This record gives sequence, C-alpha cells and structure tokens, in this order.
Amino acid sequence: MSLHEITVTVNGREHRAQVPARLTLVDFLRDTLRLTGTHAGCEHGVCGACSILLDGRPMRSCLIFAVQAEGSAITTVEGLAPGPEGLSILQDSFWEMHALQCGFCTPGMLIAAHALLQETLSPSEEQIREAIGGNLCRCTGYKQIVDAVELAAERLRGANRPESEDGHAG
Amino acid sequence: MKAVDFDYARPGSVGDACRLLAEAAGDGKIIAGGQTLVPLLAMRLARPALLVDVNRIPELQGIEESSDAVILRACTRQAVALADRAVRQRVPLLAKALGFVGHVQTRNRGTIGGSLANADPSAEIGVAALALGAEIEARSAAGDRRIAIADFFIGPMMTALEAAECLTSVRFPVWPGPGRIGTGFQEVSARRSDFAVAAVAVQLQLDGDGVCRRIALGIGGAGARPLSVEAAAARLRGSRLAAPDLAAAARIVRDAVEPDSDLHASADYRRRLAGALVERAVAEAAADALAGGA
Amino acid sequence: MQAEPPAQGFRYIARKRRPKEDRRFVAGSGRYVADIALPGMVHVALVASPYPRARIIAIDAAAALALPGVKAVLTGDELARATDPLYSGLDIPQVRRYPLAVGMARYVGEWVAAVVAETRPVAEDAAELVQVEYEPLPHIGDPEAALAPDAPLVHPDHGSNVLYRRKFVWGPVEEDFAAAADRLSFRARWHRNSTVPVETFGVIANWNAATQLLEVWASIQMPKFPDQLARALRLPGNAVRVHFDVDVGGSYGVKRGIKHSVLVGFLSRQLGCPVRLIEDRLENMRGGDAHGPDRIFDVAIAFDKTGVIRSLRIRALDDVGAYAGRAPLQLGKPVGAIVGPYRIKSVEYEPISVTTNKTVQEAVRGFGQSPTNFAIETAMDLVARRLGMDRIELRRRNLLRHDEFPYTIPSGSTYDSGDYHTVLDKALAAADHGELLKRRDAARAAGKLAGIGVACCLEPSGGNSAFEPLFNPKNETTTWMESCQVKIDLNGAILAAMGTSSSGQGHETLTATVIGEILERDPDTIRVVHSDSLTALPSNSPVGSRMAIMLGGAAAGAARKLKATLVAIAAHNLGLPAEQLVYRDGSIAAATEPSRVLSWEQLVEIAHRKFHKLPPGTEPGLQAIHVWEVPTGGALPTPDGRVQMYPCYAFETHVVYAEIDRISGRVELKKYVVGHDCGVMINPDIVHGMTYGGIAHGIGAALYERFAYDANGQLVSGSFMDYLIPSSHEVPDIEIVDHCTPSPLTTFGQKGSGEAGYLGAPAAIASAVNDALAPLGLHTATLPMSMMQLGALLATKDDVTGETPVTEAER
Repeated sequence: MSLHEITVTVNGREHRAQVPARLTLVDFLRDTLRLTGTHAGCEHGVCGACSILLDGRPMRSCLIFAVQAEGSAITTVEGLAPGPEGLSILQDSFWEMHALQCGFCTPGMLIAAHALLQETLSPSEEQIREAIGGNLCRCTGYKQIVDAVELAAERLRGANRPESEDGHAG
Repeated sequence: MKAVDFDYARPGSVGDACRLLAEAAGDGKIIAGGQTLVPLLAMRLARPALLVDVNRIPELQGIEESSDAVILRACTRQAVALADRAVRQRVPLLAKALGFVGHVQTRNRGTIGGSLANADPSAEIGVAALALGAEIEARSAAGDRRIAIADFFIGPMMTALEAAECLTSVRFPVWPGPGRIGTGFQEVSARRSDFAVAAVAVQLQLDGDGVCRRIALGIGGAGARPLSVEAAAARLRGSRLAAPDLAAAARIVRDAVEPDSDLHASADYRRRLAGALVERAVAEAAADALAGGA
Repeated sequence: MQAEPPAQGFRYIARKRRPKEDRRFVAGSGRYVADIALPGMVHVALVASPYPRARIIAIDAAAALALPGVKAVLTGDELARATDPLYSGLDIPQVRRYPLAVGMARYVGEWVAAVVAETRPVAEDAAELVQVEYEPLPHIGDPEAALAPDAPLVHPDHGSNVLYRRKFVWGPVEEDFAAAADRLSFRARWHRNSTVPVETFGVIANWNAATQLLEVWASIQMPKFPDQLARALRLPGNAVRVHFDVDVGGSYGVKRGIKHSVLVGFLSRQLGCPVRLIEDRLENMRGGDAHGPDRIFDVAIAFDKTGVIRSLRIRALDDVGAYAGRAPLQLGKPVGAIVGPYRIKSVEYEPISVTTNKTVQEAVRGFGQSPTNFAIETAMDLVARRLGMDRIELRRRNLLRHDEFPYTIPSGSTYDSGDYHTVLDKALAAADHGELLKRRDAARAAGKLAGIGVACCLEPSGGNSAFEPLFNPKNETTTWMESCQVKIDLNGAILAAMGTSSSGQGHETLTATVIGEILERDPDTIRVVHSDSLTALPSNSPVGSRMAIMLGGAAAGAARKLKATLVAIAAHNLGLPAEQLVYRDGSIAAATEPSRVLSWEQLVEIAHRKFHKLPPGTEPGLQAIHVWEVPTGGALPTPDGRVQMYPCYAFETHVVYAEIDRISGRVELKKYVVGHDCGVMINPDIVHGMTYGGIAHGIGAALYERFAYDANGQLVSGSFMDYLIPSSHEVPDIEIVDHCTPSPLTTFGQKGSGEAGYLGAPAAIASAVNDALAPLGLHTATLPMSMMQLGALLATKDDVTGETPVTEAER
C-alpha cells in the first residue's frame, strides 16, 4: 500500500495527512477529517450526494482520490454557513421551502445550488434543474428544491448590501 | 466499492508519464478526469497496478488557436471547453455536443482527452470529433505522432493508442467561409444526460441558394465505434436537404450501421434511431445555417 | 361530510411551519449510521454467490484470514448454528432464511460468507480471497414457470415454489359476470423495481459483555425490529438496545435490514468489539433484499353498456425472490382497497406468492397498493375504450359518491370518508382539462403522439396488522398500536418522546405541532426525541402511512392528559370547577374573573415542587403517556377473508399530459396535476413534499426503473448506471390541489399521506401513454414503459419500407 502525504485546505482550514492512494476524497473527508456532512450514496459517480466544491467548482468527491486533491481548496456543506450558529441564505431558503425530507442528498444539493448562484442570481427553472441534474433525490420530487433555489436567488438579489463571496445570511 | 490498491504517480511531464507507463508494462493506467475510470476502479473491473495522474502536467493544459484550427490540450476540462470563446465561435459543433455530456459535476472534472481515449462508441465528444475530422496528437517513448480521428477509434473502449502512449492534444479543424455554416446535435438517452443510446453530430455549409455544399456526419451508439457513413453525406451534398433527401440519407444510414443489442436498446432500435437522428440533426443544422449559424 | 377549510379551526395544525428536522440537515449535521464511529470498530464485507442456484460445497477462508487486518470470516453454517431463522409472516416452516446462505445459494448476490477486517477496503480485499466451491444447479427465473410441477424448487423442503395462494370470493362474482352485458380481460405486468433510497442500509452492533447488552444503530424502518433481532440472536428482548435517534436517509418501506443486523449482532458478540456493515451500492442492489413487487395481474372486468362496473376478478402472481421476506403479505394489503374508489359489488382476488432464484423483496411504499391501482385503472381505461366512452365520464359513473360514506367494500373494509367527485373536478379544473384537450389535439394534428392520463386512486392509511392473520391464521396478531410520552419539565419546557426512527417524514414536527395545538404552546419550543428500544413505549414504526394518524393521536392523547392535569391543578388552587375555567396559551383563569389566573409557570411549579397544592391523589410532576390501538383494528378476519384492512382512506386524482417521441419512444411529461385529499394536513409542506416525492417514485416505476435479470439469473441492472432513478430532468413541475374530507376516526380529521403520489402516478402515466398510443391502435400494460419498449411497439406501425416520417415540427 502506497501512502502519500497531502496538504489540502477544507473550508478554509489547512489539513495535512498521510493517505493511501486508493482512499477517495469522500472517504477522506468523512472518515479522516470527520466531516460527515458529505455523503456517499453510490460510490460510482451517479447520485451526487458526495458533491463538494474543489477550487470553487462542484465535483463528485467519490470520483477523486484524496491524493489527487493535494494543494486544492475544498468546500463542503459544513463550510457554507457563516458560523456555527448561522445558516447561509441558501441553507435558510432550503429550510423555509422544506427542500428536503431525509436530508441525505441535501449537502450535495446545496453545493450544486450554491455553485449555480455563484454564476447567476436570476436562474431560470431550466437552469436550476440543470444545476441539480446530477443530484438524485428520492424524497422530494425536486419541486421544493427548485422553489428554494428560486427563493434564495430572490433574497440574494434583494440583499441590500454588497454581495459577499458566498452569499451568507446577514 | 473500494478500489484494489494501486501505486500512484503524478509526473510533471508527458515524457515522464510515458516512461512510467512503459515501465508498468501494460499494468499502468492514465487517470485524467476519472469520471469513467474511477467507477471501474470502484467496481474492481479495472485493477491497474499503477495509476499515472496527468492532471497537473503543464503541456496538457490549455486551448490554442491557429488560423484554421482550435487545439485543445488533453486535460482541458469539458466545462472549460464548453465555455471557451474560441470553441463556441469556431467549433460550435463541439460546444453543442458538450452540452449533452454528463452533468455539471462531471464536466468540471472530465477532460476532452480522457473522453476520447475512453472511446465509448456513443460518447458525444467522440461523435463530434469524428464529424469534424479532428486529429489526435499522441506521444510515447518513440516520439510524437498524429492520428486521424477516422483511424483513432478501433472498437468499443479501444483506440489506436499504444499502452505506453499518452494523448496530448486534439486538433479541431475550423471550416472556412464563405457560406452559412450550421450545426446539429441530436441524441437519445433514457434520462437526460445518461450515456447516449444513439447520438448524431452534423456540421454543414449552405451556399447562397440554400444548397448544401459541405456536410459531415458523426453517428454514435449504432456500432462498435462512431461512424461517418460517407454515403449518406454524399447523398445530401448538393441537395437542398428537403424531406425526401433526409429520408434517403436516413435509409442509407440504417443500412450501413451494425449495432449491437444490450439491456437498454436492441439492434433494431438503435438502427431506427440512427436513421431518425440523422434526419433530425441535419434538419437542425440546416435551420441553424439559415438562421445565421456560426 | 362537508369539507371545511381546515386552517380556520386550528392554530398550528394545517398551517405553514418550518419542519424542525430540516435545521440539522441543511447544516450537514444529520447523524446517519455511517457517520457514527466507535473505538475499535471493525468492518464487514460480503462474499456473494455468482450463481442463481448452487449447492455450497466448501468455503476456504485461509487466504482471506492470512491478509493483515482481517479479523474473521463467518460462514452460513456457523451462523445458522448460533442463531434462529429470520421471522416470516407466513406459516412456512420449511422456508428457512438466515443472513448467510446455508448449504445452498438461492440467488445471484446472496451472501455466502462475511469477512470482518479493520477497514472496509481490506475487508473487500479479503472477500475476494475467500474461495467458495459451488455446484451450480438449474435455476428458476420465471414466476409462471415456477408454478410448474417440474420446476426447480427454490426450497426443496417446502415441496413447491408457492409460498401462498388463496382465492378470495366476495359477493356473487360468477353470477355478476354472467349477467353483465359485456366483459373484458387483460394482463398487466408490473416489473420488479423498488424504492432504492440514496442512503443504503447500514448497521452497527456493539455487544457490551460487562452489561450484557447489545447496542444497535441502524438505518432502520421496521416494526418489531428489536424483537425480531433479539429472537434471532437468542437474546432476551431487554438485552438489545436499538437507538432510534439515528437519522435514516430515506426508506419508503424497504429498510428492514434484519439479516444485516443479525449478522453484525452475532459478529459483535463473537469478536467483542463494535461491528459495522454499510452496504455498498452493489451489495445493496443485489444482496440487500430490498426489491419490490414483481407482479403479473390477470384481470377480468364485467360491465354494463352504460359503463357501470358489475364485477372484478384479479389474479396477482408475485415473484418474491428466493425467500419470503415481507412480499407475500404485500399481496394482502390491497384487499383493503381491492375495488379502488369504485362502487363494485363483487370481486374475486387470487393472490399467489411464488419463489424464484432472485433477490428477495421487502415492503415497498404502499405495500402493494400501487401495482394494484395500476391494474384497476388499466381496467377502467380499457372498459372506456371498449364502450367508446370518455374515461372520465366512466369514472364519474362508478366513483363512490360523497353521501355513501362510510362505505363497506365487498372484502369487508369500510372506507371512512371521501368526496371523490370534488377532488376529480378540482384536479381537472387545475389542469384546465379543456385546454389540455386542445393542446393534445393540436399536437396530434402536428403529427405528434400526445395523450392525457387520468387516474383515481385510493391511499389506504393508518396501517394495521390485518394482513397477518389473513395470510397466516396461526398468527392472531390484531394489535397495531402507537405511543407517545409527553413531559413538561421543571422549567416549563415540553418534551415528547416517540418510540421509533424517522426517515424524512417530519415526525418530530408532526408531534410538536399536535402537542402545541392541544396545549396551546408554540410547537417550535417543543422538543421531540426518539427513545431507544429499551425506553420506548410500544410502537409499530412509520409504515402504512400511519404516523399522522397514530403518532398524532398518541401525542394528542398524552397532551390531553397533561392538559387535564393542569386544569385539575388550577381547579383545585382556584377553588373552581373545571367548567368555570378558561385555558388559554397554557395559563388557566376563572372564566368570570380573568384576573384570577394561574400562569403556565405557576402551574408547573405546583406540579413539580408544591405537593401541598396538588389535588389529592395526583402524581407529582407533569408527564403522561398515551398508548392506543389503531381505530377499527383489533378484529380477526372472517372465514371468507373479509377484514377491515386500514382505518382511513385518502384519495388522489392525477391528471397528466404526455408526449411520446415517435421513434425513440421516449415519454415526456409536460403537465402534471394531482388532486389530493388526505383529510386534515398537520403540516402542509411536509404532506406536499411527500406527494411530490411519491410522484417522482411513481414516474420511476412507470418509465425508467427495473431490476432486470438475464437468462442466467444475473441481475443486469445492479448499479445506478443501469437502474435509472429519475433526476430533476425527468420529474416535471407538479401542481397539487388539495381537498379536505376529514376522517371521523382520528383526532383532528387527519388521514395518512406518506404514500401519496406513488399510489396513483404509475396508473396515471400509463393512462396518458395509452391515450397517446390509442390513435395508432396500440396499447401497453407493461411497466416500466421504457423508451425501448415503446420504441419497439411503435415500430410495429412503421410502413413496409421502414421509412420514418419527418414531421413539420421536426423539419
């Protein structure tokens, strides 16, 4: 078994670890760093529950080996909130619109939606469905998720202050 | 679904990558975007002893333009290519095809070179590359070589690349004017963004009278590798692409392809689809050309 | 019964409220079983049979055990010596089921050995090194062939492949068929699919030798789980503690994981450390034993020229896979709604449960009602087609009228309340049916295949055990209860405890809302916890769309008892009888003198601290429990199999507009409206959410999802690449229009709704597809209506040259 030393920044914090080559990024985040918000639903790149941001772009962490993430900046669902007590506008909108039930796909959905809202604050329904098209949900039928993203976009558009990078709720 | 253990190397140059592959003597595998390889590793269907990570090799990054081509280096992310101005303006068929590839997450990581080297017979990038007459550049210990796309795909998941050879770039020729250029891309998949059961890429050029002067086809999912069915293109060249012309081309395509059957589609089904999608893609490209195209 | 706008009567119930569970999930702070790490925990991977039927000759684990990090390899023989077979609801003692195959592998993917190692990757490495010697045998894969006398027997000791078979005849079926003006028959096929949650099943067991207690954390949704687990492990019930506060990532019926749990429970006792099994997706799809109904319906229906349905015959052959699981009983629940929402006076129902060499079924959302609704609605559409009658008009004629409730159907179940015609009208209006017809006809004129689907379906809710004694007279189970404990602490905060897990249904919110309604306290201040199995009051888990009714009723009952205690304390301290007191927001005042008041805080103080001020005989503190039996439950079936299956009946009407690609057969759902009546909705967002999700499930079953087996008994759709779950692109925007016909049987008039949408969507989509195919004279009654199935069907209508017409729209 080959071990490799990696340094990755996760949610703004630097981590150094020795990882086996075959350890996936999702398993590294969950088991090594104990950031269990990111979930593994299929381990073959279809369900999207493992979605994270790598250098700002949404990707499937089950399809990346931890060793490949050396030097990268990763954001997980735990990094979306402004602090331990608060929620981002997007997270709060998910709550308001009940855009989840069992919560298992939710972190991946939030990452995908967050990435969309970084690109546009006026997404069409089609754009929203495209953004979450790679995230499977078995509970919601997607409707309340779409509604939540629309609400978040509206709130972010109307926020009466310069937009912070990650659109945190004030 | 944990992969069998492997050694991992992240060389800084293509030369080093080739050397590592040669040393692995067939038991090494390049990992680029990993969107197709890692699931195979997770399912233990692929069990290489060595993974050679090419993602950070500088020679494999970037998009360049020349007067008559757009060149994408192998590790260009699909999302980057999709958004690239040169690609969108000068190789619109590729941009169109990329819109059908996977999902946001997979396009952010998957690469142009990786998709072509994987050689899934219905993969959109391969189908578009075939239609566009792309050229593959590859390097091994023996040096550099160019492979015409028509010679590149050998069979399902099989290319002309040698075991210790690395795809370095793809050259997409740009069609010169005058004449209105239009593109069409049609695919059928069970769910949106699934692998295509059948996919057709078309680029054509109309003259001032609306006659088709130039046309290229790429058909995927209807055989062991993407096909161009020159006879169908020939039938359409010089025509006005009216309904009877499209129907005739569809007939030629149906007769030419030799699809397989599997869980998702029977041979007959793929054959019918291939014909119908050619008609639809040509119609789309013609409308695109008339509307101003690229 | 007139429907009233529910929100007017309630303060918290039926109003918008943010579900309290959502708070932790949006923060990524859910606690699922795979998130739990215990010191010294080891991991299990499975060795699975590659054959559908084979004798197990020998298992050689030497190479596996030699791998560093491997702790143990367990075989089926060893496990079967130390545990009892898993419980089956039928009287079939010769069909024995253990977590690991014993002597014979009965399906591809069946678990033959378990490997335990320090990490999961090493366990998988070792699993590959276990050498199993098999003797492959001929297998049986077709359920009809399984009935033949010479078919290979999945369980030779049982003597046949039939686990259960009975013909129920309720009413004069033969006479009604003979007397009817016309009749038709058809076959409908519901291919195998399941709910397939995004989280697989997982379980951790930790045997504590010092306390002689087995701790269990699992992604579980199962009645009697702790009891069955204890029994199989030969432990007393109070030696097993199942933690119900584990968040479950979706289940919709299937997460029963009893074999996984017995396996790790045994291993933990043997190894003396925590043992964890998290199914990977391949294990889950093939060997997790969570498949769903796999049915062939042979239906005959008798009717008059005016479209009045006279009688119905349904034969349902269900391929349960290699062991009983819960599937046979899943043929029983539909007895409770066997005629759908229609006035059909006689009905014959013949359920047949047959084993084949396939993965085992588990209970799936609706417990068999969705396939049955599909069969019934297909029948209605075919009758309409035969008579040249409008499908909606046919339904109007046969739907029970709102003044006919309560209505007892031939199988003995009484429908509590409903107003089907109004819901139908509302759905049609919301869908703008007239415009939809124009849209469809315009699409057809442009050469497209377009169709409108309508389905009227029941959602029996409330769950009870009636199918158990119905299918196994030796099992006289008639108790189906739920409980809740409510406490008010010294500081005046309210705490409720529920005795089961949740998998996204919002039970905490449900419970808090109900208690808040009764005690007139803000539900957001009420905390609801999940007890563990040692401290829990009796529960039967969230199955059968029962929790709004049963947990709601239990919480209400406990809250009412507390309210009565508070009133008694106030009466005693204010020196007034209860009738002269007014309870408001938790404080109690004299009706005629509002200034004479005891606040919530004061009442709580008295109850907890001031014994001298308590009415004599009152227990100190403020706590109440309520345990109650399901309404209309408690009775055994009659000899001819009549039974009150479930207490409450919710109703849904789906209106769908679809277009089909002429060549590919791909179905696009372009408009989707559902009229839904589940009585009072305790939390509308939660109910709507489950309805949208249920429809998405139904779309999957109707168009995309299938566990397909090849001629060699191999599961060929065993990953997410081939088992196609609908994404945001496949599920259209859905409009729900609500109606409320309260149930007379429940505390607030609520009916269950966890299965909403799923029970009617496949029928409605099939109706739309067949309407689209009708102008071509084509029809399909096989689900899923995959692209390829419809493409092949449409190809039969191509002309001889195979030329495909290019429409104006495509040019």
